[in-house]
Amino acid sequence: MSKQLNLTLSIWRQENAASRGRFETYQAKGIPDDASFLEMLDIVNEGLISEGELPIEFPHDCREGICGTCGVMIDGRAHGPELGTATCQLHMRKYNDGDTIVIEPWRATAFPVIRDLVVDRSPLDAIIQAGGYISAPTGTAPDANEIAVPKEVADSAMDAAACIGCGACVAACPNSAAQLFTSAKLWHLNSLPQGQPERFKRAEAMVETMEQFFGSCTNHGECTEACPKEIPQDFIAYLNRDFVKSKRVNRTMASRS
Amino acid sequence: MAAPTAANQGHTSSADRPLRATPRSLPFPFSLYQTSVGKKWVMAITGLMLIGFVVVHMIGNLKLYLGVIELDGVSDYDVDHYAHALRELLVPLVPHGVVLWIMRLGLIAGFGLHIHSAYSLSRSNMVANQAYESKRDWLAANFASRSMRYTGVIVLLYLIFHLADLTWGRADWFEHGEVQSNVVNSLSNPLVALIYILANIAVAIHIYHGMYSMFQSLGINNPSYNWLRQGAARSLAIIILIGNISFPLAVLANIIEFDPSLITAGY
Amino acid sequence: MTTSTVLDAAVPDGPMADKWDNHKFKIQLVNPANKRKFKIIVVGTGLAGSSAAATLGELGYNVEAFTFHDSPRRAHSIAAQGGINAAKNYRSDGDSVFRLFYDTVKGGDYRSREANVYRLAQVSVNIIDQMVSQGVPFAREYGGLLANRSFGGAQVSRTFYARGQTGQQLLLGAYQQMMGQVAEGNVKLHTNMEMLDVVVKDGAARGIVCRNLITGEITSHSAHAVVLATGGYGNVFYLSTNAMACNVTAAWRAHRKGAFFANPCYTQIHPTCIPASDEFQSKLTLMSESLRNDGRIWVPRNYDETRAAKDVPEADRYYYLEEKYPSFGNLVPRDVASRNAKTVVDQGLGVGPLKNGVYLDFADAIGRDGRDAVEERYGNLFQMYDRITGEDPYSTPMRIYPATHYTMGGLWVDYNLQTTIPGLFCTGEANFSDHGANRLGASALMQGLADGYFVLPYTIGNYLAPLLGDDPLTIDDPAFIEAEAELQGQIQRFLSINGTRSPEYFHRELGKIIWEHIGMERSKEGLEKAINEIRALREEFWADVRVLGTNESLNSSLEKAGRIADFFELGELMARDALDRAESCGGHFRTESQTPEGEALRNDDAYAHVSAWEWHGPDTPQTKHREELAFEEVELSQRSYK
Repeated sequence: MSKQLNLTLSIWRQENAASRGRFETYQAKGIPDDASFLEMLDIVNEGLISEGELPIEFPHDCREGICGTCGVMIDGRAHGPELGTATCQLHMRKYNDGDTIVIEPWRATAFPVIRDLVVDRSPLDAIIQAGGYISAPTGTAPDANEIAVPKEVADSAMDAAACIGCGACVAACPNSAAQLFTSAKLWHLNSLPQGQPERFKRAEAMVETMEQFFGSCTNHGECTEACPKEIPQDFIAYLNRDFVKSKRVNRTMASRS
Repeated sequence: MAAPTAANQGHTSSADRPLRATPRSLPFPFSLYQTSVGKKWVMAITGLMLIGFVVVHMIGNLKLYLGVIELDGVSDYDVDHYAHALRELLVPLVPHGVVLWIMRLGLIAGFGLHIHSAYSLSRSNMVANQAYESKRDWLAANFASRSMRYTGVIVLLYLIFHLADLTWGRADWFEHGEVQSNVVNSLSNPLVALIYILANIAVAIHIYHGMYSMFQSLGINNPSYNWLRQGAARSLAIIILIGNISFPLAVLANIIEFDPSLITAGY
Repeated sequence: MTTSTVLDAAVPDGPMADKWDNHKFKIQLVNPANKRKFKIIVVGTGLAGSSAAATLGELGYNVEAFTFHDSPRRAHSIAAQGGINAAKNYRSDGDSVFRLFYDTVKGGDYRSREANVYRLAQVSVNIIDQMVSQGVPFAREYGGLLANRSFGGAQVSRTFYARGQTGQQLLLGAYQQMMGQVAEGNVKLHTNMEMLDVVVKDGAARGIVCRNLITGEITSHSAHAVVLATGGYGNVFYLSTNAMACNVTAAWRAHRKGAFFANPCYTQIHPTCIPASDEFQSKLTLMSESLRNDGRIWVPRNYDETRAAKDVPEADRYYYLEEKYPSFGNLVPRDVASRNAKTVVDQGLGVGPLKNGVYLDFADAIGRDGRDAVEERYGNLFQMYDRITGEDPYSTPMRIYPATHYTMGGLWVDYNLQTTIPGLFCTGEANFSDHGANRLGASALMQGLADGYFVLPYTIGNYLAPLLGDDPLTIDDPAFIEAEAELQGQIQRFLSINGTRSPEYFHRELGKIIWEHIGMERSKEGLEKAINEIRALREEFWADVRVLGTNESLNSSLEKAGRIADFFELGELMARDALDRAESCGGHFRTESQTPEGEALRNDDAYAHVSAWEWHGPDTPQTKHREELAFEEVELSQRSYK
């Protein structure tokens, strides 16, 4: 049978975006060390409900590290102490009996708190909406093997496309920059042959939308450390390159429209 | 910054409330400077210019170690020969001092852009960021990267002090054009020497992160060679640090001296 | 109570291979200039919803898409690992549209509608083209062409994949395409909105009522047609591989408004999941089925085995699949693998601290191909397993056990994907149509995208064309006002019960009943017991649930309570459906219907039909309607994997 842990939790509670939040302390007793971090919060919530207290709202859904819904700051690290791991994939066997754990929501001006540990990450979708797609209406596609993609290119695109959109990069960044997210999305499409026609238009639109909400990259490197998919900062350099080029190669001028 | 909306009164999503509007686009290359990515690019280019200046300046100063040399019948400290030559660059093609001033103007413009972009990026980052209430556990951000704003300000203050000290003249001993004498006079005061040492530590720290960051900002990235970027930044910072703090230490240790009897005449 | 009727699926006439083309030609079209005048609501933004919203937007319809997530990209389609089938025959290994059709009908144990399955196989090839154009980074060969693998025991390599994240990459493709249409203004996206009711007036669907999960605000949205793409109901088992928020509510509320619910007892139990480790386990994690290509499944022969797995000698290991099914071995279909795992665990041969799993052993594969080769194939899965269990699968065998994974049942739809409520369409996992009693691996993604990209956008036109000139209802119509008031009433009821148990508690208890009696193995006695237990628990729920907080804020307990209320009603219907279907078929073993060797025995004479259930109120059992299944192209035969 698994070991049991007794923990002290310091958790951010906040009613809504307008109200002031505060840390509350909870004792989590008898947590099985096979439990995941979120199951530990489930157990705490069951206890709160039985005492008539409002359960802690925290973001979560698939609990297998792919949907990107979960994500909180755990002891000063986005997604907690285990590298390359989303909060939902963190397990309590990483902790020792008697530990104190501090849990805070993602912080960025563009990520206002909705309640407790849940924040609004909708600006990430705004960046996709600005140009994070390939305009290929349904039914117009040529046979899939007409477009040969070198394996290395497909692999690099897949490395970028692995992004789960959790926002940990923003949360971890001292500037609240969304460069890692945006560059991963951009490079996924810009590296592929299918993405070339809209390449520079996409770079310009996505970066400018990103800048409406987020800070700028000063190359600290916290984002990659926080990223559950360990997306490298190399993509940020590629974003910079494509964006500067987009300003120079302004193709809409060529079309005189 | 938009006011937060009460969550229970018709929630609007954060995506509907940009922190800043995209300005009307100016023609290239000004359009670049309207964006943060563009400003970082300008910071990288101007940073590279300034690093070049610091390196050349340091190499020039190494002439302090060479003592007195006779050149074209004039016996003077080597560093003063060098200073003279700088003012006489391309003379008689252009008048006396012009090339130096062109270089100075370029540097002033570089400094100006570097400082302005740093200021406006810092401002917008402060708007975008909200501090955590609990202690952060940094994994990649180092002292250099997190202190750029502060080392940058220190470098600026140091620059002003340094200009006042050895270009404009802040004390009676200052004599225009007499580099060796001025340097020795200034740095033989231990307090001034300490200022130079501390300021140059800040310069090295600033250059360490700036140099590494420059590669990323300019999009210079090839996974096969990326290991070189950290190494290049670290080596450069160390070379500059050792070179520059050697001068005050050497003056205090009487390795760099000024003896008026050894020189025939100034320029 | 109405009498049972025979449902007409509106399958077009003609030879199987021409049905879809003929149908597309015959159905009415909406003039491009008129499409803008039609408003279509799409609920759910997973593969089926995003692809439908994007395509309808591109066609020019006025689309409103709803998701209860904070972003459309969070839908659980994202978690599919293995791949997507398509009859491309890029390997020249004898695949064809007909073979994919044949395999799917047979794999579904002859309980699916032939015409739908044939169409699915036909459009499968277009899906790959479309997704590649959207920039989905499918695995490639060195020559730059698409890679394929054989999946789930298929005899041909027709599965396309993007590492172990195929669902994620396809969803991102469809989501991005939809976001392009949002940018164009053709699709209006509503996030954090949970659909809680369908409004039906004069016999047709007129719109939906939603609750904003952040503000609690109840709003009505009217349209010419409503598409439900709201996924499956696997979470009725509490422990499943579904995401925490997956639920039946949208489909169930439509059922309560008159849409028939078909084959609710058809659920799929996936054989390779990580077993539960404790009482508070909140979900189960699936490990890709591809692991069975190299792993050998066994349990100890002795009930009181205490040695570590690697110390158990060969003679004391029971490789039960290899022994019972020599030709397929560890690659038998999902249902067979799952049921046999349950059998050995029920016999007391299970492994692990709770004796609730079987070994999946890679020692032979590592010995044969080397650790590096195994790592290259399964590295990310091994890492995931290690992370969850704290055990290293390179040195000690994995422990696996079946878990609910997918639900083949869902709202009944005709060939046009229209439910029994005119104007209400249903796509993807939420409908019942294509997989029969058992779904083949890598076919869920295919069906979701086929419905959304290539079927619904055509068939919905046929419904809309005659409505030209009709305006949708205004949202102050009494039909909407009533629906809103009813929802407010339900919310206030939850908040005022003020009982002693959390919604989570009731969900967990319900799940235990369902898993025990309506899981892989069913009996008349067990099912009758389940109905009684579910009813009793449901009464307790409505008397004793504790929902704290208010409606006017993010309140996950309140959301959950509403979803569990629907799971109770669904659970009871699942039991009734399973009771009615006294045969073993697909994933379901009915103890009363087995061969002398103890294998599943299907009963085609009595049950070669779809059971579609009609709602009559919470306390009145539903009535069953039948859609007879005719097999013209694929001859009925008993599956055998011996």
